[in-house]
Amino acid sequence: MENILLKIDNITKKFGSFYANKDISFTVRKGEILTILGENGAGKSTLMNIITGFYRQDSGTITINGEKVLYKSPRDAMQYGIGMVHQHFMLVKNHTVFENLYVSLKEKKFLINKDIYKDIFGKIFQEFNLNIDMDAPLWKLSIGEQQWIEIVKLLINDCNLLILDEPTTLLTPQETVFLFNFLKKLQEKGKSIIFISHKIKEVMELSDRITILKKGEFVGTLNKNEFNEDTISTLMVGSTIKKRFDKKSHASDDILLELIDIFARNDKGLSDLVNFNLNLRKAEILGIAGISGNGQKALAEVLTGLKDPTSGSIILDKKDVTNGNTRQKYIHGIAHIPEDRKAMGIAPDLSVEENLILKNFKDKKFGRFILNKKNLHQYANNLIEKFNIQYGLKKAPVRLLSGGNIQKVIIARELSCEPTVLVALYPTRGLDVGSQEFIHETIMEHKAKGMSTIYISEDLDELLKISDRIAVIFRGKNMGYVDPENTDKFIIGKLMGGLTESD
Amino acid sequence: MIKIEKRDLSSNNFAKGLYKLLSFLIGLAMSTVLLKLLSVDITQFFIELYQDSLGSKYAVSETLLKATPLIICSIGVSLAFKMKLWNIGSEGQLYMGALASTIVALYIETDSSFIMLSSMILASFLLGGLWSGFAAILKSKLNVNEIIVTLLMNYIAILLVDYLVYGPLKDPAGFNFPYTKQFPDVALLSTFFNTRLHYGVIIAVILLVIYYIIIEKSIWGYEIRVIGSNPNAAKYSGINIDINIFMVMFLSGGISALAGFSEVSGVIHRLQHSISPGYGYTAIIIAWLSNQNYLGILFSSIFMAILFIAGDTLQLNYQLPISLVNAFQGIILFMLLISDFFMNHKISIKWRKND
Repeated sequence: MENILLKIDNITKKFGSFYANKDISFTVRKGEILTILGENGAGKSTLMNIITGFYRQDSGTITINGEKVLYKSPRDAMQYGIGMVHQHFMLVKNHTVFENLYVSLKEKKFLINKDIYKDIFGKIFQEFNLNIDMDAPLWKLSIGEQQWIEIVKLLINDCNLLILDEPTTLLTPQETVFLFNFLKKLQEKGKSIIFISHKIKEVMELSDRITILKKGEFVGTLNKNEFNEDTISTLMVGSTIKKRFDKKSHASDDILLELIDIFARNDKGLSDLVNFNLNLRKAEILGIAGISGNGQKALAEVLTGLKDPTSGSIILDKKDVTNGNTRQKYIHGIAHIPEDRKAMGIAPDLSVEENLILKNFKDKKFGRFILNKKNLHQYANNLIEKFNIQYGLKKAPVRLLSGGNIQKVIIARELSCEPTVLVALYPTRGLDVGSQEFIHETIMEHKAKGMSTIYISEDLDELLKISDRIAVIFRGKNMGYVDPENTDKFIIGKLMGGLTESD
Repeated sequence: MIKIEKRDLSSNNFAKGLYKLLSFLIGLAMSTVLLKLLSVDITQFFIELYQDSLGSKYAVSETLLKATPLIICSIGVSLAFKMKLWNIGSEGQLYMGALASTIVALYIETDSSFIMLSSMILASFLLGGLWSGFAAILKSKLNVNEIIVTLLMNYIAILLVDYLVYGPLKDPAGFNFPYTKQFPDVALLSTFFNTRLHYGVIIAVILLVIYYIIIEKSIWGYEIRVIGSNPNAAKYSGINIDINIFMVMFLSGGISALAGFSEVSGVIHRLQHSISPGYGYTAIIIAWLSNQNYLGILFSSIFMAILFIAGDTLQLNYQLPISLVNAFQGIILFMLLISDFFMNHKISIKWRKND
């Protein structure tokens, strides 16, 4: 057992009554790339936070180089040579590359001798062919280059185990290739790497072993010669089948809304949607599956009018509503459950009642100049009762409500305007099972009344349960539609990873 | 180990009020310590202060006289604060209002005091509004921080008025003092009960009512609060943020400028060097102290007015500098800011064995 660097035994971590990690054990050998694979919410991040000392486990032990350790702070993990590159970089944008590296040093002297450190850092840059100007301010670097800096930060602190949390999410394909070469070189130098991902294809290319987690539990570890796509996806998504709704399809074949050749860019000028096509039928629930960050947010923003497509057209009821004066009316008829409920969906300091009219406060029944409080109470009470919104004091700000109740406020508000189309972006994320169920039922109810829904989610179980059709989005493209009745998660999973059905 | 945790008291108005009151009393206590260090007889001083601020009809009228510009400026500042627009330029807007009133008063010839006063009000409102509206345009078009712009424009306004009263507008018969000619009688606000208290106080009360209606009752006030609470949600619900920034900032500056009108027309009767002892800056403290609540504005303004009178008392009876008032204001504001931290955080001390 000489070559085992890190050994995790029976780690359990509970948040309230919820097991984020339950009885997880695995090992990392010296000089290997181990991938931790799992869906969102499988407990990967919690586990890594325990290994790097951000959280403390409820039970279980961590053994490093044969020595049992108990961290007092994240700094201790660093002392043992364990470091992590977070999904969101911990870098100071206005400082130079050199300064960013320097502040991360464990041991700093009072006076900076720049030349000595520039030499040390420069050698590492050379060793791995990193072509970066050390005096450039960090914001001038691309995302890929910033990631290198994060890795170099760990190297100059003598880390032997590098943990990378979903490092490829934000990278271009070329940057990904470079990163993989970088990691392989590190491996040759004897460094161990834990690679966290949910992209099966890239994981197979890189890893020596794969450990799979599911819903906070350890599922299995596969060796290099043992894994192929099927075995991995079987273990990853499991075979549990949830009950599906009785899908009396109300969907007609009439197409209500159509997106044709839509292109959209994000703030950085990169393409979010590329030649995107989509059609939505009347009274159907169209699921959009995909790993987050593949253009879902842009899609929702284009649909709800928060973002203008750079080209392409939006057709509603055979009328072009991309531009011009029909646009406002179209936007008004569309309901939106935004991804980040606190940042987009509510005015946190206002009361529940005031938040319920956020969308239709210009309605005449609320008055022209003076807000008609009587009608407001009546209107709000009606919704509060109908959607069973639980709140404390009447005038208390809405931000004090639980996540599920905030989501109910948003849904009550959006659906009360009787929209023709609902765009829901991860509407059940982070909610308890009861609230999830409530949201599904509410959407089904409105579907029966003729509302069409575009339901964007990462949870395949959820999509299979409620959708009439599922479209898969990958790198800003629609990869095709599948029928949830005649398909399974593996086919969808392949499409989500950029493969075709026949691959 | 000392642990600092976040908490939320916003639904507990009683606790919030208690914290504010407590911090205010601590601030007051610290101010008395300062006085004690300057060898002021505290008991004697408070008796005198009571007599000068509340003890007689004249004293009350003087307090209200000083509260008038404070109320008006605080309404302007609070309106902007409701939308999380930090208008620090109330002082400068007050000066511009005074300037506009003066120009109208000195150069328009009319016998009707109604025409005269209403044109003075209109002129000062417009000039003050444009003065702050400039900051709003910079903010919405170029994303320039409104705090800096409004603050710096204070100095421009104050120095501009100084230039005019030392130069072009100086009263030729004024023995070279830095002030303009006295206003004609039609440009003066009448006074009550044989005191210096003038109709400006009525303007302040009317503005307070309008402020209450806009913020608490109107749909526009609702929009302002939504923007203040979450601009993203506002944009998403179809509220035009840029237009609202301009309107609120314009109104905020226009209202503050009315305090300038009220001072020159009701009290000083001419424009001169240093027309305000910092009413516009004090209004920022009041807006903070009152949580932008209309009743809070009223009572905080009266309190701050008493503080200004305390300054007069200290100056006259104890030969101490009037800038002590600034020190008191500073101490009280500091205490309030500190209490904000304690309201939002819970501090617990735990003795933990090493593990």
